[in-house]
Amino acid sequence: MNTLTIFKRELTSYFTQPTAYAIVIIFGFLSILLAFTIGNFWAIDDASLHGSFFRSIPLLLMILVPAVSMRQWSDEHYTGTIELLGTFPINLRSAIWGKFLASAMVWALALALTFPIVSAVNYLGDPDNWTIFSGYLGSFLVCLTFLAITTLVSAFTRDQVVALIVSVAICCLLTICGWEPVINEVRRTGPDAAQAVDIMTKFGIYSHFFEATLGKISITSLLYFFGLIIICLLGTNLVLKSQRA
Amino acid sequence: MIEVTGLTKRFGSKVAVDDLSFSVNKGEVLGFLGPNGAGKSTTMRMVTGFLPVSAGKIKICGISMTGRPKAAKRKIGYLPESAPLYKDMTVQGFLKFCASLRGLGGSARRQAVEKSIETCFLENVARQSIGTLSKGYRHRTCLAQSLLHDPEVLVLDEPTDGLDPNQKLEVRKLIKNLGKEKAILFSTHILEEVTAACTRAVIVDQGVIVADGTPEQLTKEGGGSLYDLFHKVTTFETPAA
Repeated sequence: MNTLTIFKRELTSYFTQPTAYAIVIIFGFLSILLAFTIGNFWAIDDASLHGSFFRSIPLLLMILVPAVSMRQWSDEHYTGTIELLGTFPINLRSAIWGKFLASAMVWALALALTFPIVSAVNYLGDPDNWTIFSGYLGSFLVCLTFLAITTLVSAFTRDQVVALIVSVAICCLLTICGWEPVINEVRRTGPDAAQAVDIMTKFGIYSHFFEATLGKISITSLLYFFGLIIICLLGTNLVLKSQRA
Repeated sequence: MIEVTGLTKRFGSKVAVDDLSFSVNKGEVLGFLGPNGAGKSTTMRMVTGFLPVSAGKIKICGISMTGRPKAAKRKIGYLPESAPLYKDMTVQGFLKFCASLRGLGGSARRQAVEKSIETCFLENVARQSIGTLSKGYRHRTCLAQSLLHDPEVLVLDEPTDGLDPNQKLEVRKLIKNLGKEKAILFSTHILEEVTAACTRAVIVDQGVIVADGTPEQLTKEGGGSLYDLFHKVTTFETPAA
């Protein structure tokens, strides 16, 4: 019940301020732009969107996702409203989940509004829409993971800019270390690099995300995403509690 | 209604509140006085369950704050020092949100919001965004939030801070009125407020109670002046906790 109350407040707050609109519009525009430029939408002739549209999604998300939730807890510290939440008869957990789910809703909307590209491939060809759906699910899991990371970082500081910079840095690291050009570069250093490549692929978000865009989400990938999300949200609870001790 | 015994708070090696004991009964308004950094806000944050205690016991209407924090918090209305608010919400929206978190719903919530808007004279700005309000209105909005669930205990941290003289007068009158039915603990460093609104006062310095009594007793103790007593029993400057 309290989670729902906080969820509603946060979601309204995203839409009474320009944050959500800016993010949804910028993400929609850039994701489609990248699909037609870097993604070679026309030349690649692939209706599953795997190589064109989804290819650059994590690169956009690693920068844009933290912008949505950077103020989640840092603003509570800065304005002192955390003192109100802390003295209401509610669990801290419900506040953390309410806020997290509201930011997830903003990203669900941002992803949903890229539907013109799905309509386009359906008009131009005969794609497997389940594979496309799986790609969207993968993108949403990446969003949730980055949101959870930002939630944790924002619990540490009262400064939104610091929260943004640190979260973007962590999300970039997770994305880039599994990114194909980087993996190829490491592979070129010699046969000894095989183990490093293996670790980077497993640790990075790209391999798990790519599986989803190909229409298969493995248990390992689900464990990877949900593991990171749960660890970050439990960590947020711990950080917020220890700050008062 | 508020029973505090042996309350202690340590931040690392620094002792912010040292073995503090006091109680506030129904119909009593206890003024909590002290210089800046004396431990007033820290004490209130512990009484309201925001900060965990290092040692000691807090009971609100007989319910232990450490043992059953949720039940104890239900009995308290709290106005934090800086009157924090969500600036993107309207006054009414904010009060509705707080009432929901207090477990009120439907018509009970609507009535509670209307009543506290009326009590704190917020009718003119009820639909206005909090970000556009003056400091006085913001302060009263946060005060209104503390009254929503008609709590038996009120903890007000510098409730008149930043208000103009007229507003100060109104808030003092309000505290005095509310004090007839409730137990109120309120902190201030404005000594006139003690005689204007309190039935009893304690002076805290460096985390310890250094004077305790009715305003009349304290004035007498200071040789006819509360200022002189305050000056005598408190340290000139205390680093903030």
